[in-house]
Amino acid sequence: MKLWRWLIPLAAVPVLALLAYGFRVSPRDIPSPLVGRPAPAFALSTLDGAPMTLEGHRGKVLILNFWASWCYPACYEEAPVLERNWRGYRDRGVVVVGVDIQDKREAAEKFVADFGLTFPIAQDLKGTVSVDYGVYGVPETFFVDRQGRIRVKHVGAVTDDVFRKTVDRLLAEAGAP
Amino acid sequence: MSCLIALLAAVIVLAAPTLRASGQTAKPVNEDVVHEVAVQLRCVVCQNLSVADSPSEMASQMRAIIRERLAAGESPAEVQRYFVERYGEWILLAPPRRGFNLLVWLLPFVAVLAGLAAAAMLIRRWTRRARTAPTSPVTVDAAMSERIRRELERES
Repeated sequence: MKLWRWLIPLAAVPVLALLAYGFRVSPRDIPSPLVGRPAPAFALSTLDGAPMTLEGHRGKVLILNFWASWCYPACYEEAPVLERNWRGYRDRGVVVVGVDIQDKREAAEKFVADFGLTFPIAQDLKGTVSVDYGVYGVPETFFVDRQGRIRVKHVGAVTDDVFRKTVDRLLAEAGAP
Repeated sequence: MSCLIALLAAVIVLAAPTLRASGQTAKPVNEDVVHEVAVQLRCVVCQNLSVADSPSEMASQMRAIIRERLAAGESPAEVQRYFVERYGEWILLAPPRRGFNLLVWLLPFVAVLAGLAAAAMLIRRWTRRARTAPTSPVTVDAAMSERIRRELERES
């Protein structure tokens, strides 16, 4: 009888613990199994028709940004940030690459023109590159180190702070081949 | 009427090459197998639908990727592994039955069993009390019952 009196509040403890854990975790934050692994290779061509591959940027810190012109407001917020930092870092072995997904070419071109984007941008028309990178929404940004490993996956708009901190950390690492 | 037939003929003639082209994939892929793989994968943009059920563009691209990989000779399990490597187990609509995930599969049964056991114990306790309660006044000795009977007769 005494046991029962203790058992009922005791049974509530694991339930409360589970709820406390569950409500803190956002179901939208999905940990990527790709972080720490080599970035999947891709071969796309830019809006200007130039080839764009992962191999072509080996040895550089690569920022691979998945976006779409219909992704408002996050993609509109980060476009100037990416452009600004691309200009600031491009001479230091950093390259920003945009991958436009699930989009119309005209809309993508308008977006690029509106923001005056100068970094290479390609369309992933079949979605193969997005799936290779485990992209489930836009914007998503992958920071790839000089060895070609994915080091950080950032979901949502990239801010100046996120860009600089991450890129500075990757640049500070030794290991430029 | 002849106009209609001509139109129909034109449609058939125009449609024929596209029909032939779509039927001529490198290796014929069974659409049922594509569906079988897609139905186990979560649509990444809608989260509560499978890739097979979602009308989104992302899901249709994922179905195309499944079809392409099957056509290239991969088994359905290999295609599924490809998606799990990219998205984690999150992509599977049903968590695999091993490790920590077993908890999800077993806990409901444990909870139901515990509930049934608790209910059975409570029911037994209640019925025992109900059964034992009325038995005590039955043990009235003969003299007492005789007295009660007499008093009741006097009342009426």
